[in-house]
Amino acid sequence: MLNRKKIQDLMTEPGCATNQAKSEKERKKGCAKQLVPGAAAGGCAFDGAKIALQPITDVVHLVHGPIACEGNSWDTRNVGSTGPELYRRGFTTDMTNLDIVSGGEKKLYKAIRQAISKHNPPAVFVYQTCVTALIGDDIVAVCRAASERLGVPVIPVEAPGFVGSKNLGNRLAGEALIDYVIGTREPDDAGPCDINILGEYNVAGEMDIVRALLERLGIRLRTAITGDARYNDVAAAHTARANMVVCSQALVTLARKMKERWGIPYFEGSFYGISDTSEALRAIASMLIERGAEPALMDRTEALITQEEARTWTRMEPYRARLAGKRVLLYTGGVKSWSVIHALQEMGMEVVGSSVRKSTEADKAKALERLGGDEDKLVDAITPKDMYAMFKEGRADIMLSGGRSQFVALKAKTPWLDINQERHHQYAGYDGMVTLVQQMDLALSNPIWEQVRRPAPWEVEE
Amino acid sequence: MALIVSHGHSVTSNPLKLSAPLGASMAFMGMDGTMPLLHGSQGCTAFALVMLVRHFREAIPLQTTAMNEVSTILGGMDQVEAALLNIAKRTKPKIIGLISTALTETRGEDMKGDLKLILARNPELADIKVIPVSAPDFTGSLETGWGKAVTAIINALAEPASAKAQDCNRVNILPGVHQSPGDIEHLVELVEEFGLKANVLPDLSGSVDGHVPDHFIPTTLGGTTVENARNLGRAKLTIAIGEHMRISAETLQKKTGVPYVLFDRLTGLEASDRLMVCLSTAAGKPVPAKIRRARSQLIDAMLDGHFYFGGRKFAIAGEPDFLWNWAKLIADMGGELAAAVSAVHAPHLTRLPCQQVIIGDFQDMEDQILEAGGADLVISNTNARLSCQSLGVPHFRAGFPVYDRLGGAHRVHVGYRGTRDLIFQLANVLIEHPGHGHGPVHQPHQTTEHDHVAAPALG
Repeated sequence: MLNRKKIQDLMTEPGCATNQAKSEKERKKGCAKQLVPGAAAGGCAFDGAKIALQPITDVVHLVHGPIACEGNSWDTRNVGSTGPELYRRGFTTDMTNLDIVSGGEKKLYKAIRQAISKHNPPAVFVYQTCVTALIGDDIVAVCRAASERLGVPVIPVEAPGFVGSKNLGNRLAGEALIDYVIGTREPDDAGPCDINILGEYNVAGEMDIVRALLERLGIRLRTAITGDARYNDVAAAHTARANMVVCSQALVTLARKMKERWGIPYFEGSFYGISDTSEALRAIASMLIERGAEPALMDRTEALITQEEARTWTRMEPYRARLAGKRVLLYTGGVKSWSVIHALQEMGMEVVGSSVRKSTEADKAKALERLGGDEDKLVDAITPKDMYAMFKEGRADIMLSGGRSQFVALKAKTPWLDINQERHHQYAGYDGMVTLVQQMDLALSNPIWEQVRRPAPWEVEE
Repeated sequence: MALIVSHGHSVTSNPLKLSAPLGASMAFMGMDGTMPLLHGSQGCTAFALVMLVRHFREAIPLQTTAMNEVSTILGGMDQVEAALLNIAKRTKPKIIGLISTALTETRGEDMKGDLKLILARNPELADIKVIPVSAPDFTGSLETGWGKAVTAIINALAEPASAKAQDCNRVNILPGVHQSPGDIEHLVELVEEFGLKANVLPDLSGSVDGHVPDHFIPTTLGGTTVENARNLGRAKLTIAIGEHMRISAETLQKKTGVPYVLFDRLTGLEASDRLMVCLSTAAGKPVPAKIRRARSQLIDAMLDGHFYFGGRKFAIAGEPDFLWNWAKLIADMGGELAAAVSAVHAPHLTRLPCQQVIIGDFQDMEDQILEAGGADLVISNTNARLSCQSLGVPHFRAGFPVYDRLGGAHRVHVGYRGTRDLIFQLANVLIEHPGHGHGPVHQPHQTTEHDHVAAPALG
């Protein structure tokens, strides 16, 4: 069916810190966690592939499958664009019963042709789904034929839902990029200070913050993979001098392959949290200098860090008194827990729990270090029931999490702040940390909490 | 009379259609103590879940059998069994709605046969009503799935009543997926005004009406109980709302002998009149003064409001009965249908007062609006926002999903009062946007502003 070898390789990725910590035998087994029927949460591989590629803003993203795959999900992730809006449109072959009986390859080809003639995109990404994989539609062949005849790159993304989790889908998306996209265009403007950021999706448009910091240092972001990306920039990503990987579990394989193929060094870092932002900037500068950028870059970087850190702490100071002592439950897979923990602690807040569901071993170690070695505070997954009890018993004052768990907090009359992909605030970089602190303060100090927690007059005992 | 035209494209661009398993899951949301379970890969559940959570702004119980590559080849019976046992152990529901998806139906799974074997060999499932529904994504849409699930619930639970158990004051209500929790609440009030008792299936007003329970519940928070579903046979009459509820109503009649009345809609003066006559006849009582007063208020709203509808152009896109409901209201008020787009085919749409109904997507809606030389208002769900922004047409949010406005669960669309308020909400948007003779509609940069102003308070 699908290329088993490819999936096996992704599961035993040598660049992955978790795998490095395993014995040879364990590593061979791969990292596929079996999903538990009736107790699973989270997206499928198709979902993951779409998340990783959809932020390429100027292409057509065409889903080859029945209506649920795209109809139930299009335009729901709040990733921003500074230009084209084409990526927000939902395209699907909407396979119905007759299509399934007769096979979907012809319909797919026609759909590609119609989408190209209407929107004239620089490329089309075609996503395989469970049903079309099951009936044996060969999307690779259709994409090849369409590319040849229509003169537009048509890229197959082979990540049908049933092959695994969202994370595997992220990785398979990376495979599609390395197999079909990256390295297919030679830009005429490659420079010594070009970098890529891998695993950054421009949620809430927060790359504006990162891009501005880099520009002040004279560093050019060739492209993020794939936040606010243009197809031609991704195709030229192989000319960058360094790669930063911000969501290491998702695209580390891509980073390793780019290193092997084009000699681009990479490091794992984060733009969430003050010290992590500074560390990331230093790492970028030193990598670029190693690869031929002028050494003065480091001086500029240090100057910027000193200035920005001081300014940020000054801006956060007024909130310290208001937030000190408040207890936070950090429940997220998206934003790196350890880098946020640090910032919260700096504000005098206590992190009573942090989930490490989607973290690597290295992430876990860092988070544990920042929590003072208290392993009880590192949680894998909390059941909604236990989470609800935590709030009811007043063991946490606020939860930072993604949208799906918000109602557990809200129904327990506890403040909640969205820090995942549906959020509308930019939390990256130095400015983002100030925003996060402001938003937490707004959530905690809202006057409704006192009102909604007060019992009804007839519930008060005489 | 309208001509029904399929858009005829291989590519669906900005899909209007929502999947049938999602509709079936929603129906189970209206059953008490329930955990719906999609038999497919975990993405089927994740996408549906996110959409339901964002629309209702509630925690939504919805599980998956987590089909993988191996079970897709070898068969999913083990996955179903494991899922049922896990759910039984963890959440102790009264009902599990087991819903098939395109994946399991394409591989030709005998879900109902498998279920029989599973139930026979697992005594711990004996206390749970497991209700199988076949609702593959490749056939029909949201309304289809909802209707199939309601029919399945009736087949599984409803019982004919003995002559002694018959209760001539009882009325069953089978709402469509286009009825909000607020609609159901109001319908029950109306029924009670006549001295009758209502038994609603499924009852979203008990579960996703936005209330705060005082302890944690891992299943649905309320809705129709198993007992109430069993007692459907005791009623004198069933009221079904929307064509997509016809099969459910017929099934109930066949199974229990309770006759049904199918209302194509309950929005609008004439439709509400029919409802009141029906209830009055069933109760053997005259229409209460309070309701007569509400009728009078609706007439006044029509008098005050018609100025703003006459000669204005409307575009409506949605599921068949959603389209029917809103298009008829607009026609009642003198508005013109510039674009009518339905997610799937339904025969009754030929009776809509417009030239043609397109079976298609939001791209088709855009094309229709351009062809008509513009529109004054789009009535559709949140997914129409891209089209409205690019055309610069105000957008009145309605239907499912609406996740960028609050209060959708409480908006009332039925009866005199509901219709009165809808006319006010629509008229206020039309007053805000007086229209400019439908000139060129390419005004991409006015959009955000329009978008905001267009939002009615209750949107």
